[in-house]
Amino acid sequence: MYESLVEITGLEIFAAFVSAAMPVAFLVPFVIIAVYLERKVSAHMQDRLGPMRVGYHGLLQTIADFFKLIQKEDIVAEGIDKKFFNFAPFLVFAGSYAVYAALPFSSKYIGSETDLGIFYIIAISGLVVAGILMAGWTSNNKYSLYGAMRSAAQIISYEIPTALVILSIIMWTGTMSLATMSEMQTAYFWNWNILGGPEWGITKFVLIPFLLVAFIILYVSTLAEVNRTPFDMPEAESELVAGYHTEYSGMKFAMFFLAEYGNMFAVSAIVSVIFFGGYQSPFGYLGNTLGIEWLVPFEQVFWFAAKGIFFVFVQMWLRWTLPRVRVDQLMTICWKYLIPYSFVNLLVIGIITLL
Amino acid sequence: MRQYLKNTWEGIWTIIIGMKITFKHLFVPSVTIQYPDQKVPLPERVRNRLYVNMDDCIGCDQCARACPVNCIDIETVKSTPGENLGQTSNGKKKALWVTKFDIDIAKCCYCQLCVFPCPTDCIYMTDVYEFSEFKRNELIYNFSTMQPGEVEEKKDNFEKFQAEKEAQKAAAAKAKAEAAAKAKAEKEKDEKSKNNNSKSSSNDVS
Repeated sequence: MYESLVEITGLEIFAAFVSAAMPVAFLVPFVIIAVYLERKVSAHMQDRLGPMRVGYHGLLQTIADFFKLIQKEDIVAEGIDKKFFNFAPFLVFAGSYAVYAALPFSSKYIGSETDLGIFYIIAISGLVVAGILMAGWTSNNKYSLYGAMRSAAQIISYEIPTALVILSIIMWTGTMSLATMSEMQTAYFWNWNILGGPEWGITKFVLIPFLLVAFIILYVSTLAEVNRTPFDMPEAESELVAGYHTEYSGMKFAMFFLAEYGNMFAVSAIVSVIFFGGYQSPFGYLGNTLGIEWLVPFEQVFWFAAKGIFFVFVQMWLRWTLPRVRVDQLMTICWKYLIPYSFVNLLVIGIITLL
Repeated sequence: MRQYLKNTWEGIWTIIIGMKITFKHLFVPSVTIQYPDQKVPLPERVRNRLYVNMDDCIGCDQCARACPVNCIDIETVKSTPGENLGQTSNGKKKALWVTKFDIDIAKCCYCQLCVFPCPTDCIYMTDVYEFSEFKRNELIYNFSTMQPGEVEEKKDNFEKFQAEKEAQKAAAAKAKAEAAAKAKAEKEKDEKSKNNNSKSSSNDVS
């Protein structure tokens, strides 16, 4: 997309700006829909109705909330380290938005066609930890500090199984670029990585159980990385008020919110790219059968968003199913269960790949 | 090792069971009642806001005396014999102008004790329960149907009537005294019969 824009307009700055701003055009409507979806899903899972007043079945509720957040006073309490306090939400949002640079929305659009896609994502999402720690520490509030500490401990621990699982997939597929990884799983859904990848043979069927385990590990650990229930220790409402964003109000709080939902979609997208074919359609493209070339990228965006939103829905589903884990349980899950399993998985997938 | 694998399996399996339950509940019709649009039907004998039907009230003050929190405040003025206050629906003749019938519903404890003593069944509980106000003195309900001017008039009337009565009484007493004096004077002449007559006549006047 960047290259074609440079060709059309001849302005590199313009092309760079447009292709960098594209995910925002996706992210903001996504967040508005996802917040509404979250409230509706939670409500219906508890036999309630959720928002019903603003618009038809509360469809405009999130937009009303957004306007409310804009109008709110931006409170900065005394005793706060103002410089870092004001900087933290932007850092958190930057960290979660930077992930979108390496996500292939379709075969025609990817923010940065770097070969290190998944490596870059793992590295850059560490920035979120710094932002959260900054927010919690500068708030000068015990709850916030606890939340930030827990968040840092949690995110850093869960990076390990994530990285190990991704490593095993990288070993097997032989690429770090998410665009290439999606391209490999083209055509039909039996070519998806979760079903053993595009190559037919005995290894495809041998690999399936191990890939299933890898998928579960990756999904659980990314869930923990975005601080969602049952791993929402950093913002455990009943213990820590709101965790690291207790002291924030107005738009700065909205930034944290945006970052959280952005992260949710980002990890869902990563899971879908690695295991479920990314932007590839499961049944082939309408554009190809009708002979309309330009329809294909839009279909791909649709499939990418649909898969992402499906996994976001599963995250919500898990959130309203499971209670919050304790801190020691959290660490047990990570160090005693996920990491050994992912090591074994890495070993087995490595051996199968070698053979 | 076996325990370890069992734990893992149990963890995954119980999560799947839990997710199955929550997924089922996605399609269970919700139990929410959209309150202001849709209300729960109230039971038959609910006790909510009090209402007084002033057409039937005879101002007997029994409800106010029955009230355990003294939230009913009644003032009455007696009617003069010439005035016709009408009848209550169960055929009782009204004799009092009810100049003030205030119920402080903020104090009311909804015990319904005021309802039973009412001889004309004019005070009763309604099923209205949405009557919150921003100011507390807006919760004092004035049930009296009389205008302030009217109240004054009735009070004046009664006072005038009272004064007239007093005057009459005084006149009667005077007459009585005079009669007594006369009788005393005439006692010597005609003793018993005259005295009795004057007594009975003074009784008639009063």
